[in-house]
Amino acid sequence: MSTDASPPLVPGQAAPPTESGDLSRSIASSGAGDRVYTGLTTFFALCIPLLLAFLALEIGRAAWPAFSRFGLGFITSSEWNVPAGRFGAAPAIFGTIVSSVIALVLATPLAIGVAIFLSEFAPPWLQQPVAFLVDLLAAIPSVVYGLWGIFVLIPLLRDPVIPFLRDTLHLGATPFFAGPAYGPSMLAAGVILAIMSLPYISAVSREVLRAVPRSQREAALALGATRWEMIWDAVLPNARSGIIGGVILGLGRALGETMAVTMVIGNRAEISASLLAPGYTMASLIANEFSEATSDLHLSALMAVGGVLFLITIVVNGIARWLVWTVERGAAG
Amino acid sequence: MVSLTYIAAALATLPLIFILVHLVRAGAASINPAFFMQMPKPVGESGGGMANAIVGTLILISIAATVGLPIGIGAGLYLAEHKGKRLANTVRFLSDVLNGLPSIVMGIFAWQFLVRPAGHFSALAGGIALGVMMIPLVTRTTEEMIRIVPNSLREAALALGYQRWRTSLSIILRTALPGIVTGALVAVARVAGETAPLLFTAFGNQFWSAAIQRPIAALPLQIFTYAISPYDAWHSQAWAGALVLIGIVLVISIAARLATRSRFGSAVD
Repeated sequence: MSTDASPPLVPGQAAPPTESGDLSRSIASSGAGDRVYTGLTTFFALCIPLLLAFLALEIGRAAWPAFSRFGLGFITSSEWNVPAGRFGAAPAIFGTIVSSVIALVLATPLAIGVAIFLSEFAPPWLQQPVAFLVDLLAAIPSVVYGLWGIFVLIPLLRDPVIPFLRDTLHLGATPFFAGPAYGPSMLAAGVILAIMSLPYISAVSREVLRAVPRSQREAALALGATRWEMIWDAVLPNARSGIIGGVILGLGRALGETMAVTMVIGNRAEISASLLAPGYTMASLIANEFSEATSDLHLSALMAVGGVLFLITIVVNGIARWLVWTVERGAAG
Repeated sequence: MVSLTYIAAALATLPLIFILVHLVRAGAASINPAFFMQMPKPVGESGGGMANAIVGTLILISIAATVGLPIGIGAGLYLAEHKGKRLANTVRFLSDVLNGLPSIVMGIFAWQFLVRPAGHFSALAGGIALGVMMIPLVTRTTEEMIRIVPNSLREAALALGYQRWRTSLSIILRTALPGIVTGALVAVARVAGETAPLLFTAFGNQFWSAAIQRPIAALPLQIFTYAISPYDAWHSQAWAGALVLIGIVLVISIAARLATRSRFGSAVD
C-alpha cells in the first residue's frame, strides 16, 4: 500500500491509472465480503427476536388446552387438584407475589442503604471491596442458595428467629404468624429471595446515585444542610425513579427465581395468610410437577402457569428498564 | 441516620461471607481426589464422587458455548455497528427481555421444542437451553467492548484500504477480544450454575454418560437431587458439590472482573 504523487483530478477528467488503482477500487466497492458480513451479523441479531417469538408461540400453543378448558378461572381458582384434573393457579400466583413482596420489603432498605453508603460515605479504599462483595451475591448459583436455605436458614428461622417474632414481639397474635412453624415456609422463601435480589437493587441504585449531578449536592451543602439532609432532600428525590426502577428489576428477578424457592418454600398449593405456612410459587410449581406430569391436561396447565409467569416477568422487567432508562436520559440531558 | 447506612452495608455483606464460610466448612470435609474421579455410590456406601456430574457440566457448557457465543458475538457486533437504528434498538430491548426470562420458562420451552419431539431427554437439549440463556449476556458485553474501541482505529483502517468487514473483524474485534473473552467466560460461569433449565432437558443421570443424545448428569442437578434427599451421606456430597460449583463460578467471575477492570479503568458492570 504505497502512496505516490498522482496528478490532481479535474472534474470530468478520468482518473489516470496509478499503482494505487486497486486501492481506490477496494475502498469504493462494498463488495461481496461486506454484504456477507452485514448479512451474517444481521442474521445473528435477528435470532434474538426470533427466539423470543418462537418461545412465546410454543408455550402459547402448549398452554392453549388448559386455557380453553378453564378460561379465566385458571387464574382465579385456588384448587390445584391433580388427580381430579382441576387446575387453578391462584395459590401459585399468590405465593409468587407474597414471597417477592417479602423479599422487596427486606432487601430494598438494605440495598438503598448500601448504595448511599458506597456513593456518599465510604472511604475510597472501602468502596471497591464492599461493592465487589455485594455484587458477588449475584454470582452464587441458585441451587447453592437453596442448599444453604435448607440446612442453615430454616433451622436458624426455626430456633432463634421465629420464636422471637412470635412470642417476644407478640406477632403470633396476628394472622401473619399464626400456625405451626415447622420449617419450610413463605418467610424462608422471602428471606432467600431478599438476599438474591439485593445485589440487583443495590447495583442499579449505586449507578443512579452516581448519576445525580454534583452540583445538587454542593448546592444543598452550601445552603447549610447536614450530610444526611443533603442526601434525603437533594440526592434521593433526583434518583427516585431510577431507584424504583432498580427495585422493580429486583422484583423481576425474585418473581422468576426457581431453585432456591423450590427448596425452602414447602411446596403446598394453598393460599394461607400466615408467613410461617408452606406455599407455592409459579416457578417452583413447574419445577416440582413437570417431570412427573402424566396427563396432557396437567402438562398443559403447567405450561399455562409458565406462560403467565413469562408475561408477568416481561411486563415487570419492561417497566424497570423504562424507569432506569428515563433516569439515565434525564441525568445526561 | 448516617450510621444506619454503615449498618446496612455491614448487613448486606454479611450473607455472602456467612454462606461462603459455611460452604467451606461443610463441603471441605468431603472434597478429596475420589470426589472428582468416582461415580456416585449407592445409598449406604460411603465415599463416591460426582465425576459424571462434573464431566456432564463441562459437556453442557461446551454445547452452550457453541450455541451462545456465535449468536451473542454476532448480535453484539450488529448492535455496536448499527447503533441508533430502530431495528438495533428493538433487538437490544428484546435481548434485555430474554435476559430477564425466568430460567424455568426457558426450560419448559426447551422441553416443548427439543425434548418432546425427540421423545427422550438429551444433553443437547440442555446445552441448547443454556446456550440461549447465554446469548443476552454475551451480546451486551460484546457490544460494550466494541463501543469502547476508539473510532479512530476504524477510520485509520478504512483509510489504509481495509474493507469494512475486514476492519470490523481483524481490527476492531481483535482489539476488543480480551474483553469479549472475559465477558464470554462470565456468561459461561453463570450458566454453569443454572439448574432449572436442565431439570427437564438434560434430566440428570446416575450413571456415566457422555453422549449428547442421552440424559446427562450435571453438577447443579446432582446438588439439587442430593439436597432434597433424606440421606446424610448425600447431604455432605451435596455440600462438596456446591463448594466445587461455587469455586468454578467464583474463580471465573472474579478473574474476569479483575481482568476487565484493570484494563479499562472504570468498572464495566
